[in-house]
Amino acid sequence: MNSIQELFQKKGENLLSIYFTCGYPKLNDTTKVISALEKSGVDFIEVGLPYSDPLADGPTIQDSSQKALENGVNLDIIFEQLMMIKDTNKTPLVLMGYLNQMLKYGEDKFCKKVVECGIDTLILPDLPMVEFENHYQYLFDKYGITNVFLITPHTSDERIRKIDSYSKAFIYVVASASITGAKGDISNNQIAYFERIKNMNLQSKLIIGFGISDKQTFTTACKYANGTIIGSAFIKYLGKKGTKKVDDFISPILN
Amino acid sequence: MKSKFHPDENGYFGQFGGAFIPELLYPNVKELADNYIQIIESEEFQTEYKSLLKDYVGRPTPLYLAKRLSEKYGAHVYLKREDLCHTGAHKINNTVGQILIAKKLGKTKIIAETGAGQHGVATATVCALMGLECTVFMGEKDIVRQAPNVTRMKMLGAKVVPATSGSKTLKDATNEAIRYWIQHPETFYLIGSVVGPAPHPDMVARLQAIISEEIKWQLKEKTGKENPDTIIACVGGGSNAAGAFYHYLDDEDVELIAVEAAGLGVNSGESAATSQLGEVGIIHGSKTILMQDEYGQIVEPYSISAGLDYPGVGPLHAFLYEIGRAKFMSATDQEALDAAFELTKIEGIIPALETAHALAVLPKIKFKKDQVVVVNLSGRGDKDLEIYTKYLED
Repeated sequence: MNSIQELFQKKGENLLSIYFTCGYPKLNDTTKVISALEKSGVDFIEVGLPYSDPLADGPTIQDSSQKALENGVNLDIIFEQLMMIKDTNKTPLVLMGYLNQMLKYGEDKFCKKVVECGIDTLILPDLPMVEFENHYQYLFDKYGITNVFLITPHTSDERIRKIDSYSKAFIYVVASASITGAKGDISNNQIAYFERIKNMNLQSKLIIGFGISDKQTFTTACKYANGTIIGSAFIKYLGKKGTKKVDDFISPILN
Repeated sequence: MKSKFHPDENGYFGQFGGAFIPELLYPNVKELADNYIQIIESEEFQTEYKSLLKDYVGRPTPLYLAKRLSEKYGAHVYLKREDLCHTGAHKINNTVGQILIAKKLGKTKIIAETGAGQHGVATATVCALMGLECTVFMGEKDIVRQAPNVTRMKMLGAKVVPATSGSKTLKDATNEAIRYWIQHPETFYLIGSVVGPAPHPDMVARLQAIISEEIKWQLKEKTGKENPDTIIACVGGGSNAAGAFYHYLDDEDVELIAVEAAGLGVNSGESAATSQLGEVGIIHGSKTILMQDEYGQIVEPYSISAGLDYPGVGPLHAFLYEIGRAKFMSATDQEALDAAFELTKIEGIIPALETAHALAVLPKIKFKKDQVVVVNLSGRGDKDLEIYTKYLED
């Protein structure tokens, strides 16, 4: 069973996941951030691989990626960092990156390393379903890796059903037609969209992301899904306060 | 007729192409993919497109036998005068076509990226013509080095948005355009080159194909034969080259030469010679050859020419390179500058810096007697006067 599926068996609602960028704000902060998030009671962690051209990300995550790359982080360093905490960390990790990173590293080598680090779930926002079907499903199955697909307000029901059939961990529900970045409240249109998805009674668990930033948006979004992902708001906070104050960001959301 | 140079159903030329896009863009790209060929091939489109090309753009552009250049290099050198197009470059062939497609699809807001500013100007122009809202993304660095084009775009009513991430050039302008597109899916992304997710590369190639369509009949009028021995064009993303090569792709006896910008030298670390320095990867939604480091991070390219300062190349060109259908050469900043001044002095034509790269390989080729060579003179040099002024002073 996939690590995220196991988590869902134990806890089915109000899950909080936090995205962070590896090697940010400092090169060796990767493990510190993961430990701090685990201590704060986050349910699972989205580990971001910094990329030079992150098309699906807004300015905050883009800036953090650029900073992390300037800090000298790279995939080998990240895999080493993740290996260091493999035995102590009990919070499931999901790896988020761009397809070219996997392609250049070597697809088999990349998958092998991911699994060695105890990770079995990937989010690759620029991997479209047709490419997954034609080129990656077999590879991921071979390594026991699950791919997370994104759906948006513009994704058709038919396509959502197909995505549902491929999803073993969860479906990432993009809250608005948007790139990542906190934007404040959740609108009525968004709620109508969340309800539409919820009423489709999909077999997959649903996690809402993009634009979730605080207790209020977290609570609202959790009414329509199994949980949410917070990214940019946390990155902004981390950039200002560093790794020592992580709990001050998380605990107001959870309590 | 099905050619191996047409993309397959998933937008691939051989192993290159595809549409590696976030789910957010899927409906937009699918709408275009489902409709573009039908629209382009419709009589309604063809009538309007051809009429605008003739009366607004100024086509056909001349195919000019450059006598003094020919004498100097010992070949029959013809110049396809895309520099004489309205707005000063081949770019407008594509924007006229795409604006008609956008209108057919009911789009009212247009976005575009630009490097040298030629595509931005060409887009702002057709938007003014059609009364559509236009936003152009341009690298902060390029805004400085191509200032006259920024003024043109603004005069034409376009909003120019500086791209401040990464290298602040064409690559980053394209990233910003795609990000905006994701956030505003109602907009039409009027892409400027044969790059981006399928079907953009094929769509742009079809719209630029007018260049080689004209070369065929013009050359026949002048020489009795449709086919030249050699066609030379510069390649950044590769739209002018795609247009100049298009109707000759299946004629294997026509030698196709693509010229990339070597910057300070291919191995100097300051270059944009993608085919020499790149490897297979994904950029701007397409699998192609691109300049990247060992971890797949995209490397910032360098060229004196803002239009060639791009770390990738269109997927069709990657395919032409891989199968050896096109020969890839390169020219340094200095060689391009020398070639620009040479053409100006002996033919009275000031070429764009991009185009000057194509001219710069003439001294590197050993021509056989009576070889017929067509150089695609993709743009004029007005926008590059600041750089040319510096060269004159040095």
